[in-house]
Amino acid sequence: MTDQAASPANLAGEVPAPSSRVGRGPWATALRKLRSDQAAMAALLLFLVIVALCLLAPFYAKYVAHTDPFRSTLSGKIMVDGKLVPIMQSSTEGLGLGFTPIGPTWDFTAYFLGADGQGRDVAARLLYGGRNSLVIAGVSTAICLFLAAIVGLVAGFFGGTIDWILSRLLDVLWAFPVYLLAISLSIVLISHGIDIGPISINASSLSLPIFIIGIIYVPYVARPIRGQVLALTQSEFVLAAIGLGVPSHRILFRDILPNVMTTLIVFVPLMMAINMLTESALSFLSIGVQPPAASWGTIIQDGQEQLYTRPMVALAPGIAIVITVLALNILGDGVRDALDPRSKLRIRSA
Amino acid sequence: MLGAIVKRLGQMLFVMVGISVLVFLIFFATPGADPAARIAGRNASPETLAAVRKDFGFDRPLPVQYALMMNRLFITQDLTSFVNRGWKVVPAVLDVAPVTLSLVVGGAILWVVGGVLIGLVAAATRGSILDRTLMMLGLVGVSMPVYWLGEVMNLITQSRFHDSWLFAWVPPLGYKPLSSDPVGWFLTLVIPWITLATLYMGLYGRVLRANLVEAGQEDYIRTARAKGLSETRILVRHALRTSLITIVTLFGLDFGALVGGAALLTEVVFGLQGIGKLTYDALRSLDLPVIMATVMYASFFVVIANAAVDLLYVVLDPRIRKA
Repeated sequence: MTDQAASPANLAGEVPAPSSRVGRGPWATALRKLRSDQAAMAALLLFLVIVALCLLAPFYAKYVAHTDPFRSTLSGKIMVDGKLVPIMQSSTEGLGLGFTPIGPTWDFTAYFLGADGQGRDVAARLLYGGRNSLVIAGVSTAICLFLAAIVGLVAGFFGGTIDWILSRLLDVLWAFPVYLLAISLSIVLISHGIDIGPISINASSLSLPIFIIGIIYVPYVARPIRGQVLALTQSEFVLAAIGLGVPSHRILFRDILPNVMTTLIVFVPLMMAINMLTESALSFLSIGVQPPAASWGTIIQDGQEQLYTRPMVALAPGIAIVITVLALNILGDGVRDALDPRSKLRIRSA
Repeated sequence: MLGAIVKRLGQMLFVMVGISVLVFLIFFATPGADPAARIAGRNASPETLAAVRKDFGFDRPLPVQYALMMNRLFITQDLTSFVNRGWKVVPAVLDVAPVTLSLVVGGAILWVVGGVLIGLVAAATRGSILDRTLMMLGLVGVSMPVYWLGEVMNLITQSRFHDSWLFAWVPPLGYKPLSSDPVGWFLTLVIPWITLATLYMGLYGRVLRANLVEAGQEDYIRTARAKGLSETRILVRHALRTSLITIVTLFGLDFGALVGGAALLTEVVFGLQGIGKLTYDALRSLDLPVIMATVMYASFFVVIANAAVDLLYVVLDPRIRKA
């Protein structure tokens, strides 16, 4: 798998293969293997359904639930079982001064999962929040893998001083507990935003959590990539290319990058799962997605105050996270088995 | 052996300096806003800003600021908060450290023991329904946000089923010191320990199972089997021994992730006044000196703990010892 020269595709070009056993490239083989993995395919399907549902958030809010999930609705009544029920009910507990939001109606047209402390429709917020959670997890994974690939390729291929400097930097980042690094970055950036010359990012922008989560896990991917590149640089086909006088950028992109590509792809679902958990934790700590925007983490935090009276506010987004992350983890296992069956890759989970 | 130890200690010091420089740069040299305004907190008066500038030496070059900062964090330990005027930060962090340690050590014991048991049972019953269920549950455990699991635990034990015989013993949220109330200490921590351990137990079980299955194909296992040893004895006395090396390595890594992340979230959910809760409260009031102190002390603790695990390795592993 790591050596393309010996892949079935190249051999099949020389030897006429019997019609029943057509030679396939490594990618086609992996895809076939993944397709036959029922658990992974079910997980992929589940993940795609979740993505589709979250994409339909504006549609649901506007045409089904008829609600604005970003505006507090403290007064107002809805029909439940033919009776008019206020959205914020006077609390019967304690001094009777507070309000208890309406519980789940289990009716898609209004407050399916009830309302949160500000009378907003939890079901609609769940879908909107899912959109943000998925976008952050996806984009930060892309950033993380891109940066890790560059660092790993450069450090592994050029070696010497560059490698030494990059490796020491990775050592420090690796030893720095990820959440503490994320907290430090978040609190500094989210309190005032970024304002560097032409780049100006608002403190409530989604790009801040994306950027922070994209950076903190770079060492976990860059280290294995660097090791792999280091080994590839000593391999015969790369030595041959160097001996033939092929320029190094060409060797990097044509010979080495395709061989570490499988590792990068194996990391995609696993990193997305970890990034999603990290985003939800940061949002829960109020240093991730900033209000009025929602993510699954912020909704869990919103629900913390009413945990004992209206548990569904906090339960529903948590269940959504568990299902999504579980689907990504199962898919990740399948992708790893298909692409890199002998690999010992494992990502630390936080 | 001495060489390896010195090398590891040198690496540890390097990483500690690296982390301190990184934290310093993040808090004081991130472009965008005046660092004094960040330190002073929300809606600070001009006098407070001036006091912060003078206090942290923001009119002096960066290396001097760094030295001043490290001096106040570790040597004089008189870094003060500007949100809670005059509150000394470092003693506050050290005061609550026992809470975090109680949580983490208890949770770690539970998750390692639980993980080893799960791994052993799954490997012994490989391919069975029990094996598959355990592995699936392990994956579910890894996929849960720990703070959410904590809330679900609270909902069950503090509210919905608190009056049932099963959870009537669960005390209200909070921490009781071990020295004054050992029973209360234990009871308040049981649910947080379980929450924390659930996260990692399954993962350790999965890794251990994979290792045990792999070890099953080794020559020395075949030899043990040829000697006529029982399957249990082979699994526990022969296969488990080598597989534990991986668990120890993992433990070194996860312990750090735990202190820095999961423990913080667990403390917040269970209202345990440890370093994590301190950080959380500081995050909400934008009290940067407190955050800086907790981040620095917690990450140094993690780095030292990791080095200690590695040094233990050097002492234990004869291959490294003799080299």
